[in-house]
Amino acid sequence: MNAQEKEQYLREYSQLKNAGKPFFPYAVTKDGAMAAITLFVIIAMAILFGAELGPKADPTTTTYSPRPEWYFFFLFELLRVIKPPSLVLMATLGIPTICLILLLLLPFYDRSPERHPLKRPIAMIGAVATVVAMAYLSIIGALGGPPSEIEIPVAAAYEDGAAVTAASGCLGCHRIGENGNTLGPNLTAIGDRLGRDAIARTLINPTSPMPSYQSLQEENPEQFEALVDFIASLKEEAAEGGQDTQ
Amino acid sequence: MSKLTPPLPKFLRPAPPRPGEDNGAGHNGDAAPSRGEKLREDATEKTAQVVGWLDERSNLSPLLRANLYRKVPKGTNWFYTLGSATLFAFVSQAVTGVFLAMYYEPDTARAYESAAYITNEVFLGELVRGMHKWGSTVMIILIFLHLARTFLFGAYKYPREIQWIIGVVLLVLTLAMGLTGYLLPFDQRSFWATTVAVNLNASAPIIGPYLADFMRGGAEFGAASLSRFYALHMLLIPGLIAALIGAHLYLVAKLGTTAPPWLKPEKKSLNSEGI
Repeated sequence: MNAQEKEQYLREYSQLKNAGKPFFPYAVTKDGAMAAITLFVIIAMAILFGAELGPKADPTTTTYSPRPEWYFFFLFELLRVIKPPSLVLMATLGIPTICLILLLLLPFYDRSPERHPLKRPIAMIGAVATVVAMAYLSIIGALGGPPSEIEIPVAAAYEDGAAVTAASGCLGCHRIGENGNTLGPNLTAIGDRLGRDAIARTLINPTSPMPSYQSLQEENPEQFEALVDFIASLKEEAAEGGQDTQ
Repeated sequence: MSKLTPPLPKFLRPAPPRPGEDNGAGHNGDAAPSRGEKLREDATEKTAQVVGWLDERSNLSPLLRANLYRKVPKGTNWFYTLGSATLFAFVSQAVTGVFLAMYYEPDTARAYESAAYITNEVFLGELVRGMHKWGSTVMIILIFLHLARTFLFGAYKYPREIQWIIGVVLLVLTLAMGLTGYLLPFDQRSFWATTVAVNLNASAPIIGPYLADFMRGGAEFGAASLSRFYALHMLLIPGLIAALIGAHLYLVAKLGTTAPPWLKPEKKSLNSEGI
């Protein structure tokens, strides 16, 4: 906006302002009504949905479902849709950071004096695209299944390990058979690629953002061994062929 | 009284006296004022004295009058209530948060138990915790709607650029409140979600590892992390939010809210009914 446009805006604004009504009581009434509605909605949601409290946090075992609040679903899902490892950093931090900077600096690159939404096609297309992308990512994030179910056939010897795997929440990030997420590498045939020792090493000393299972190994070595055995048993032929690899 | 009366909506304005009726104030010499009228007059006078005493020392009334009776532009509609509704949600979060803080203990051994105690034992505890939990959802929705309104109406343009920047920072801080508060009940879901979130931060280039160490209070997620999240959630972020809301509101009062962009001032100012 150049000086003339600024002056024109200020002039028109002061005319519109002079034609307006006083803040008190007109705007205050509306604000008050809206505050009452807000309070009503908060209390209604608190009564209807309550304040759920899951089982106590336990860094070692039991259900581990890394699900954020719904308003972070889109970030979480962004991570899952971008698969190539070289792009993961871009997904987790690059895209959100760039979007945030674009949002923050909006008044500095959108300098046209036009304010009417229908006369700002580029801004509107950008806004609609952003909203659609965020809504889409949030919805698929919300529809993701519970991360503690393993449906592939498991040989009797590995059932303990499968239970530990399900309870440890590996499926929150990894896929095993038809279950789990695609955030981390697919574990369905991990036994073909990594040996048992390598799997144990990865569990103890994982690459970020995977949490370490060292405390499980220290505090509950049997469970840890069962977990490693089960994961090492995940092989291609086991997934396709018979259940009984023993 | 009539001098101080703000421009009221029509239905609230006192009807002008009709010919033949009393002259408004109630006594025109016929009868001595009744006891009720005298009490009312006394009360009005005492109130005026107290207000006068305060005003003489604080000189607040011009400021209050300028802000309360300032005009909002023509066309101001319900979409303009989204900002104040967000503020109200923040106040609700602050109030419920204070009550939760009376019982909550930020200690890994006690956090879950104290959250359970609030939920199951404290009078109205579950309601207050529910209001705090769902209040965050409501606040996030309102802040996004407020952002959408500002964007659609082009309200971020000259002269309100600073308003917009403060608003975006407030949005980020509100999301940070959501993230730090999520850990505090210390159940499985919140613990692991936060672990993953912090580890994601750790994978950021250059500052990532330092940021994650700062949030965790060390290399591992543990007791120090909980008190850190508690301090961030209770003191640092709400303080910043309150200060920035103050700046945001100061600018609202200073610059005024925008008019809807489809309204143009009429050339001939014929309508005097706007006042």
